[in-house]
Amino acid sequence: MNFDMGSYGAFIWPAYGISAVALIAVTFWSIAAWRRAKAKLSRLEKK
Amino acid sequence: MNWLFRYANPHEFMRLSGAVLPFTVIGTALCLLAGLYLGFSAPPDYQQGRTVLLLFIHVPAATMAEMAYGAIAVCSLLSLVWRHPLSDIAARAAAPLGALFTALGLITGSLWGKPMWGTYWVWDARLTSFLLLLFLYLGYMALWNAIEDEIRAARAAAILALVGVVNIPIIKFSVEWWNTLHQGESIVSGKLAPVFLAPLLLLMAAYGFLFASLWMVRIRTAILERRARTLMQQGVP
Repeated sequence: MNFDMGSYGAFIWPAYGISAVALIAVTFWSIAAWRRAKAKLSRLEKK
Repeated sequence: MNWLFRYANPHEFMRLSGAVLPFTVIGTALCLLAGLYLGFSAPPDYQQGRTVLLLFIHVPAATMAEMAYGAIAVCSLLSLVWRHPLSDIAARAAAPLGALFTALGLITGSLWGKPMWGTYWVWDARLTSFLLLLFLYLGYMALWNAIEDEIRAARAAAILALVGVVNIPIIKFSVEWWNTLHQGESIVSGKLAPVFLAPLLLLMAAYGFLFASLWMVRIRTAILERRARTLMQQGVP
């Protein structure tokens, strides 16, 4: 693997960084929403 | 159509998606690792240098943006014709994901355009029709949120999605129909060297598995939320 981007680093790294942050964020957000919905439903079903 | 309705039943969907999810998650991880490894190991392209690395994340994001819209359109058609409630849930759940992939396609594309074309943005047919896709997603989501009655919201959103689907072939064929700055297709036509094709296909698979995983999680979430709403309407405090 070669991480030397030369003068193109200023374009390549931000693109990879933004993509990684966005995809990780949407994953966590989706899992959090799922957990919230599951907790709420089980609370309602207990009553 | 019977097989579809069997699995389109929320209870069956929960069971089936629960069984499929581990595999799509593992698929995402494996394809992502292998694709990134091969991508960062690939030699510089003779014209683009190392900016070829940008195509490994730009093309998958742009492809998923279009496929997610296609999925919304199919679900919308099922919803309008057969009035199946799960297809509304599925269509709505895919929209934020599609919008995100569209935004990533635009951002990574313009970060490639600056060093290679000398500009972040140009109003050519491919770029403009792809920007329109982002607005279609945003309009679709706004419409869902604007109408309170869920059945009416679903119908209006489904009609918008089906009208907007005309943009998908325009995006796809814009590089052939018009003289665009954006280059033409190079995967199916075999113009891409295997050393670049392998990481690109792996990352496309990774993005595909990721979309499938997140879409299923979001549909499952919406099903649970609907059950909770029904319980509350039945008087459970």
